Amino acid sequence: MASIRLSNVSVEFPVFNAVTRSLKNRLLSAATGGIIDRRWDGHVIVRGLQDVTLSLGEGERLGLVGHNGAGKTTLLRVLSGIYYPTQGTSQIDGECVSLINMSLGIDPEATGRENIKLRAAIMGIPAQELSERIDEIAEFSGLGDFLDMPFRTYSSGMQLRLAFSTSTAIRPEILVLDEWLSTGDESFKDKSNRRLQEIVNSTKILILASHSKDLLLANCSRIVWMEHGRVRMDGPAAEVALAYFGG
Amino acid sequence: MSDQAASTFDRALADIRATARAHHLATMFGWQDIAHRYRRSRVGAFWVTLNMSVTIGALGLIFGTLFRVPITQFLPYICISLIFWTFISSCINEGCTSFTDSEGMILQVRIPLFVHVLRTIYRNGIVLAHNLLILPLVLLAVGRLPDWHAVFAIPGVLLMAINALWMMLILSVVCVRYRDLTHIVQNFLQVTFYLTPLMWMPQTLPEGPYRFILDFNPLYHLMMLVRAPLFGDFPTSANWMVSILLAVAGWTIALHVYGRYRHRIPYWL
Repeated sequence: MASIRLSNVSVEFPVFNAVTRSLKNRLLSAATGGIIDRRWDGHVIVRGLQDVTLSLGEGERLGLVGHNGAGKTTLLRVLSGIYYPTQGTSQIDGECVSLINMSLGIDPEATGRENIKLRAAIMGIPAQELSERIDEIAEFSGLGDFLDMPFRTYSSGMQLRLAFSTSTAIRPEILVLDEWLSTGDESFKDKSNRRLQEIVNSTKILILASHSKDLLLANCSRIVWMEHGRVRMDGPAAEVALAYFGG
Repeated sequence: MSDQAASTFDRALADIRATARAHHLATMFGWQDIAHRYRRSRVGAFWVTLNMSVTIGALGLIFGTLFRVPITQFLPYICISLIFWTFISSCINEGCTSFTDSEGMILQVRIPLFVHVLRTIYRNGIVLAHNLLILPLVLLAVGRLPDWHAVFAIPGVLLMAINALWMMLILSVVCVRYRDLTHIVQNFLQVTFYLTPLMWMPQTLPEGPYRFILDFNPLYHLMMLVRAPLFGDFPTSANWMVSILLAVAGWTIALHVYGRYRHRIPYWL
């Protein structure tokens, strides 16, 4: 049984002076809008999440909305087991895959085929399963002979095709998506949309962060609205979408 | 208190057990790192071998002459010293950045973090294997073939790697939090390079209080585990004792540190 249970989860990022530079990027991308505070020992901290309680069962389709910096990415990372809550507890049962950055692990100097293997390994596809499926992935990408060429020789559209084909070869129990990933030219777009829909339908728990109302309403049954690291509203998709996006 | 200690150990061990299952990731990315470095060059990773040969040749000639040691004796000595020093020092050096280098992966996929440390040591193991190709050539050239003692270099290398691994584990965790430490470690290794008998021979050290720079230098003992057998000797029991105790004590501390701070690492990146 796949399930996720967060109770009273808070996440605090420490900001150390010596590493401000690298953390600055983080703050800008992930926690703007979080609350900047000072901890008892004088370190500056950013509260990315505050007192979030959330429980997801099998079959749940959760949408996540909120302005930039409301804590969506942080929450996605907690839900995928990357951040452990600084306070509260999280329990994640089930194998979880996040399709946030499809190109992670790709080496531009390696060939397309090698990159399929690298990418698949990161996604957690066992080597044996991959050897059975690599032809299917190769075919889906539609890259033909280019698969034996270095990745860097690909056009950016071709690069996305390869990353997409490999990344979506997996059927995870829990799927974390940050926006819908459709990619490529018209013909590939249809194909990739269908493929993504397949995964979304087959996954036991879906968590989809998005700014698109239509997308959320089409795929989610429940929506959580994040604001300043807190859950502002949690309820049926239509209701929350109405409140968040307005009529 | 003891409960808490047990649970930090459990946490560290759980991560390491999970690493055993995801072991293929470490080997794969270890290879990938080497492949990436030499992808477009003609001789590929054998540049490692070539570079090391040049260094050994040059330093062997220069220091052999300076110290007035016959080249047949000095060349194999410096060859073994440099090959294994390179292994252990780059393990420690790159260990500092095991987690910072894999930031992208750590923040996106849930894989046991020890994988990244293992990847670093594999990478250096591959470099070591390339460098070891030089050894039989040098030994042949100077006509000093190792005898059966050489077999004992194998447990020696293993113990060296086990020790390197705990140092890497501690440093990788602490260096994520305190980035300056990486540079301090670099300097420290530089000094250790001169303090350890690698370029010079231990017997040239005057008797007396100076000997402490050998006896209290763990890297000297680790080095002897490998070097002595290759020169037809047994490492002393002190060499073994120090290395084994170091491994036990080091791993105890490393597991403690790792268990305690494992969960904080993604926040520090």
